[in-house]
Amino acid sequence: MATRSFGAPIRRNEDARLLRGEALFVDDVELPGMLHAAFLRSNLAHATIRSIDVSAARAREGVVAVYTAEDLGAYWAPGPLLVPPPPIKGLVFNQRTQVPLAKGKVRHVGEPLAVVLAQSRYLAEDALSDIAVELDPLPAIVDLETAGAEAAARVHEDVRGNVAAHVRQIRGKYAAARSRADHIIARRFRYDHGASSPIETRGIVANWDARGNQLTVWDTTQAPVFLRNGLAAMLGLNERQVRVIAPFVGGGFGPKIMLFYPEEVVIPWAAKKLNRPVKWIEDRLEHFFATTQERSQIHDAEIALARGGRILGIRDTFVHDTGAYNPYGLTVPINSQISILGPYVVENYESTFTAVFTNKPIVTPYRGAGRQHGVFVIERLMDIAAHELKLDRVDIRRRNFIPTDAFPYNNELINQDFAPLEYDSGDYGAVLDKAIEMIGWRRFLAEEQPLLRAQGRRVGIGLVCYVEGTGIGPYEGAKIQVQANGKVSIATGIGTQGQGHFTSFAQIAADQLGVEVRDIAVVTGDTDQFYWGAGTFASRGAVVAGNAVNEAAKAVRQKILKLAAEHFECAEEDLEIANGEVSVVGVPGQAIKLGALALKANPMRGAVRPGTEPGLESTQYFGPPSGTTANGAHAMIVEVDPQTFALKVLKYVVVHDCGTVINPLILAGQVHGGVAQGIGNAFYEQLVFDDEGQLLNASLADYLLPTALEVPNMEIGHTVTASPLNPLGIKGAGEAGAIPVGPLFAQAIEDALGLLPQGIELNEIPLSPNRLFELTGKPRR
Amino acid sequence: MSTDTHDITVTVNGTRYQRQVDARMLLSDFLRHDLLLAGTHVGCEHGVCGACTVIFDGAAVRSCLMFAAQADGHAITTVEGLAADGERLHPLQEAMRDCHGLQCGYCTPGVLMTMKAFLDETPRPDEAQIREALSGNLCRCTGYQHIVEAVALAAERLRS
Amino acid sequence: MVARGQPGALTPDGDVFHTSRQAVTDFSATLAAEMKPAPFRYVAARSLEQALALKAEHGDEARFLAGGQSLVPTMNFRLTQPAMLIDINPLKEFAGMRRNGADRLHIGALTRYRSLERDPATARELPLIGEALPHIAHPQIRNRGTIGGNLAHADPASEMPAIVLTLGGKLRAQSVRGERWIEAADFFVGALTTALAPDEMLMELELPVAQPRSGACFMELARRRGDFAIIGVACTVRLDAEGRCSEARIGLCNAGDTPVVVAAAGDCLVGTRVERPQIDEAAAIVQRSIEPGGNVHASKEYQRHIAGVLTARALACANERAGREH
Repeated sequence: MATRSFGAPIRRNEDARLLRGEALFVDDVELPGMLHAAFLRSNLAHATIRSIDVSAARAREGVVAVYTAEDLGAYWAPGPLLVPPPPIKGLVFNQRTQVPLAKGKVRHVGEPLAVVLAQSRYLAEDALSDIAVELDPLPAIVDLETAGAEAAARVHEDVRGNVAAHVRQIRGKYAAARSRADHIIARRFRYDHGASSPIETRGIVANWDARGNQLTVWDTTQAPVFLRNGLAAMLGLNERQVRVIAPFVGGGFGPKIMLFYPEEVVIPWAAKKLNRPVKWIEDRLEHFFATTQERSQIHDAEIALARGGRILGIRDTFVHDTGAYNPYGLTVPINSQISILGPYVVENYESTFTAVFTNKPIVTPYRGAGRQHGVFVIERLMDIAAHELKLDRVDIRRRNFIPTDAFPYNNELINQDFAPLEYDSGDYGAVLDKAIEMIGWRRFLAEEQPLLRAQGRRVGIGLVCYVEGTGIGPYEGAKIQVQANGKVSIATGIGTQGQGHFTSFAQIAADQLGVEVRDIAVVTGDTDQFYWGAGTFASRGAVVAGNAVNEAAKAVRQKILKLAAEHFECAEEDLEIANGEVSVVGVPGQAIKLGALALKANPMRGAVRPGTEPGLESTQYFGPPSGTTANGAHAMIVEVDPQTFALKVLKYVVVHDCGTVINPLILAGQVHGGVAQGIGNAFYEQLVFDDEGQLLNASLADYLLPTALEVPNMEIGHTVTASPLNPLGIKGAGEAGAIPVGPLFAQAIEDALGLLPQGIELNEIPLSPNRLFELTGKPRR
Repeated sequence: MSTDTHDITVTVNGTRYQRQVDARMLLSDFLRHDLLLAGTHVGCEHGVCGACTVIFDGAAVRSCLMFAAQADGHAITTVEGLAADGERLHPLQEAMRDCHGLQCGYCTPGVLMTMKAFLDETPRPDEAQIREALSGNLCRCTGYQHIVEAVALAAERLRS
Repeated sequence: MVARGQPGALTPDGDVFHTSRQAVTDFSATLAAEMKPAPFRYVAARSLEQALALKAEHGDEARFLAGGQSLVPTMNFRLTQPAMLIDINPLKEFAGMRRNGADRLHIGALTRYRSLERDPATARELPLIGEALPHIAHPQIRNRGTIGGNLAHADPASEMPAIVLTLGGKLRAQSVRGERWIEAADFFVGALTTALAPDEMLMELELPVAQPRSGACFMELARRRGDFAIIGVACTVRLDAEGRCSEARIGLCNAGDTPVVVAAAGDCLVGTRVERPQIDEAAAIVQRSIEPGGNVHASKEYQRHIAGVLTARALACANERAGREH
């Protein structure tokens, strides 16, 4: 079977509709009689609710209903725990999840207090000012370092020290390693991540059809199947009575997989209660409070090294800000915990973290999902170690790499998918070598940098490495059908937010089924079409759903061959599928179009053999035993203005190993986009909260997303170590671009400004010209 | 606070529309929900992201910063009006598809209208000019590189 | 009406937003996260007389709608809730640039940045404006934004007020009561506050054109192109026949509540050849003279530092350009 589509940079099936503005996004849904919702949200980070009076709002013309927590009755309940904590010995976890509308207390700015349903969003917002709320302020827990103090206020009254979780994982014996170390380095690191800020905010349209007894919900969710199941349970409906559609979604990046957001719970309920369609579209201001985000960790890390730079052990303790509630369990900090191991042999590791509740919006995974924080720690430790041991930055990394013959490499720690962390395959040296070559590492340091420095230009170079867990379970599924018109349909349960599934999944099936990619229609994110699966997250779409598509395609291929062999009365080996038809090899004229074969497989009359399945269709599932590990290296040359500390990226290289590649164009797009977000994280984006929990920069004018002038051109290189964990050998790639950019900026800026020899280290992210000015001690003009 | 309504006549993609609008209805909402031209997208409503960009009397503008009432007597082109007919794509749209210049597609209509107006005035742009013209459109998916390539390719194709 | 308090209350800055210097927290108000404007009445002005009459009648309850690039975002956030919008875009006769005598230019308040960008006279006669224009927001904003709207908005971080002040321009205001000319130095009274009376409309500004043997330079530092300036500096340097400085003006944006001209810094250059030591001294005077407020992107110290750096660079540049004109 020839492979023509898989691996080719095929143009996307979905683009024409998107380009013409014809694709459906949630806010495009218009239904007769539709009402519009607006939420009244707390202006205080921490307060008790003394009273809410909605009577004036209810009386306003154009307002159909106003609801508070009381009105929800028995429907009101804290949301489910989406991700239970992994089975780690001694783990402490205090589950406190968000509620549909606040009752008794508010715990972060933006927490919803009431909802108005009106004829238009304009009128609904007018009515918000009619609602009289009395809040009694409480001290806000904002600072990570003091959140746990005995005297501190409690975000949740019964949770002492605001401890959301306490987790300790150990590998080997760090104390022993430390005692035989030649060199020990201990540092504090601060890493702050931000708001995903997709250009499309969240949105929901719910339509209760009382006569058809069906609820349809359009939602910008990354997990339509779980949303459907949960809503059905909450509303007392059968699962098949609820249809969730995630149409085209304008960017997900993680926070759209958070489920049972207050709005997601309230809007369908309101639609059912009022018997009217209801629409809620999050506005940009709301997005900074109402949609989940990532934030900071503070790490106290120590590394024990042998003289030659070999890592003997690492001990790390950190505090993690989980926000006011913790519905997503421990995914983010566990990822941080294990990412500190990187691509290195770390036989002795002690990691302890405390997740604390704060009076800030909820923290759930955002592209990278806590790996950024861990990668920052280890890569900074390597840079500091190189400096103190007078070793080359690249050599010290290479020296510590897990060797190519050591895979699968068991790191023993429990990963976010509840299984011990095992790296399936990788060749870290090859990636490093390619990155060095592509960035021109040696030539830059030996020739270009000295020359430019002599001209007064502060240019620097950096290189960092990372391993990224991807492609975790539990499973995904796909249903493939050859239709009577010869075209193929694929349905799968995950959603799509720009990753190109409509094309990449078609590419996987195209070669198996001998059909052009453009003749394969893929449906994602519609629970009426497919209602099993976990969703799009953790760089798993291509790996897990892609392999399910492959299995289903293989199964359909078998059916095609079997039926065609019967039809031509020949052996299956004598058949070939190509160009949309099945033919007998070497016998011209003996061919049947796939559509005709599909018709044959679905007779309107007559008898079929018992046990026959109609049509040329198959549903298959794929669940990997554990996640795969992709890896890569980023390298960058920067120039920093020594007076203003303004920064310009002169060259940016990514070398990435994500196993087998389905579509190199789509892969490049994912890497570019990830790096752009990483650049934002490293140098531009920061959620600035004051000590009362107020967000000071809640707009796109002050929360700085990189534009086309801040993101450079990138060169991408590939190496391939296929994953042994799935038949296609694929590893995920969605988050890779975003993960190592923070430490890369720190390293390259240190190099540009010659900071390490001055005793100045950049051990925090984000950086900025202002912050560099402060950290470098305000040099003379 | 009182409000009023206004009768407006506005030409969008060559078609004349006569409507009555509330004074405060934003042009972006008017196009999307009154005229049902939902290709123009809303990303921020404070004039930063550029997703709502349309061409108003020949110039690219942010439709979230205008009121529908202001459009009376004016001509607007939205993304639905880019392609010459329903079947084919404008060279900009084709180039974007060829270069993988869109992922989720949400910022794309705004990018297309901005670039259309830009290429009309600057038919031979260099990369720096393209990036500068693009800097008022935020994209969270692509990292801009493929968009820049697409615009350069479209400029080349439009010239030949 | 319930008092509107919002976390991170946003004040408009020129044509883009920046956060206020203090978070506005009103403990009796709740965050509505509203992003649709409050109701208002809209009038498309048919004539200047009509526009002025309406403004006289409604005073501060009515706002003129010009480019809207500063006003409408604040209305969408409901930070501004005028009862009436008077759309003056139809009054096209108040857009455009015209010469007045040998050395003065008049720019109509309704002149859009777009047309200033495309008019070769701008770079030639008003090089400070020409150099600043690419820093003002983005092309889509400049396609609608007007110079009059920006000046009347008077955001201290905005480029145009600082440039008009540095050039020593004059602004003409008109109302039903008549017209008057206001010196730039008297026009910008405070943050977002001008000397315009509640019934006045800004009609035009008068600026001196670039003189022979003079050079100008505008520089700003911003986090991203088009963002509000962390600090912006506008300099003009004029040389005499011997190549010595006869006049120098240094103005800054975002260095205080209003645009600022540091007279002493310019004065210390007069009579000198504007060499390194004099430039450094002028920059140091600027640093000592300003009181920047700091914001989420820059501390006061950093702003002060940048003011010195950019002053030095802009002066050197302006002087070099003046020399070329020599």
